[in-house]
Amino acid sequence: MGLEAKLQQDSFFTTTFDAIISWARKSSVWPMPMGISCCAIEMMAVGDPKYDIARFGSEVMRFTPRQSDLMIVAGTVTYKMSHVVKKIYDQMPEPKWVIAMGACTSSGGMYRSYSVVQGIDQFLPVDVYLAGCPPRPDNLLNALIQIQEKIGRTKARDFQNLPNPELLKN
Amino acid sequence: MEFKDKILEKLNSNFPSLHVETTDFRGDFCIKFSADKVVEVCNLLKHDSELQFVLCEDITAIDWATSKNRFTMVYHLFSLENKFRLRLKVDIDESISAVDTVSSVWRTANWQEREVYDMYGITFNNHPDLRRMYMPEEFEYHPLRKEFPVMGIPGSLPLPKK
Ligand code: SF4
Repeated sequence: MGLEAKLQQDSFFTTTFDAIISWARKSSVWPMPMGISCCAIEMMAVGDPKYDIARFGSEVMRFTPRQSDLMIVAGTVTYKMSHVVKKIYDQMPEPKWVIAMGACTSSGGMYRSYSVVQGIDQFLPVDVYLAGCPPRPDNLLNALIQIQEKIGRTKARDFQNLPNPELLKN
Repeated sequence: MEFKDKILEKLNSNFPSLHVETTDFRGDFCIKFSADKVVEVCNLLKHDSELQFVLCEDITAIDWATSKNRFTMVYHLFSLENKFRLRLKVDIDESISAVDTVSSVWRTANWQEREVYDMYGITFNNHPDLRRMYMPEEFEYHPLRKEFPVMGIPGSLPLPKK
């Protein structure tokens, strides 16, 4: 944060918990790569040195939902797959965010057919929709930055991590 | 003798009463015959030492949406020995909508026939494991039938709760 230059001797600064917690949260968003079809290739490209998602603190792609805060749904979600996506989403701890990457996840895309869910917002709360078929990697970085801005506006007390009574019922 | 003629000759000598129609379009040789003989003919094509159609590449079906002979089963075979590709066709009436399984001839046919069952609702007599291939098991329709709407039937495929 450019603080080091100011810290010539022992010193302190004042801030709010909300500011420091949301700063920490947004600078280390750990994605859950839900790569289902072709969009996943562009999602992989985001991790390579050319686009380098590490610049934004999100290089730790976690292949277990229990360690992630951001689900990148990249690909065509069929009705059969939708239950799996939802199950994985439910396993992610709060707070969590969702990027609908590409035309397919956002709206069904070119698959106007019986088997493809016409937009994952029918069963998931989507934070950022990402246009393109597939979106370019820099577009995904743009979505990540928007998620970071959104996280920056949150308050720590927005997420109490209370168990969801709906889930406990099942 | 051309290989195509050899196939026909073998069929003729083994099944003298079998009525065979052939088409040969741009190198795609195709044989059409009646559905009740499909297992015997496939057995001959695979096990004959000169033909050796050991590879069953694909099994699919066509829905013509006609009242008579509504479905056509299509089998794509390949002989590695002779480097020859052969297509078999048999017509099925909608009132029957069933054909004998060839999964006893080629084991790959097991899954390919399950796919045909899933998409067209054609059943396969004596099939060891006739379950749906792609669609959820509780799904009631067969999507590649002509009467099925492209966008599906609302509510037939459940979504997870939000
Ligand atoms: S939006 Fe395009 S690239 Fe992405 S999963 Fe769909 S078809 Fe593939």
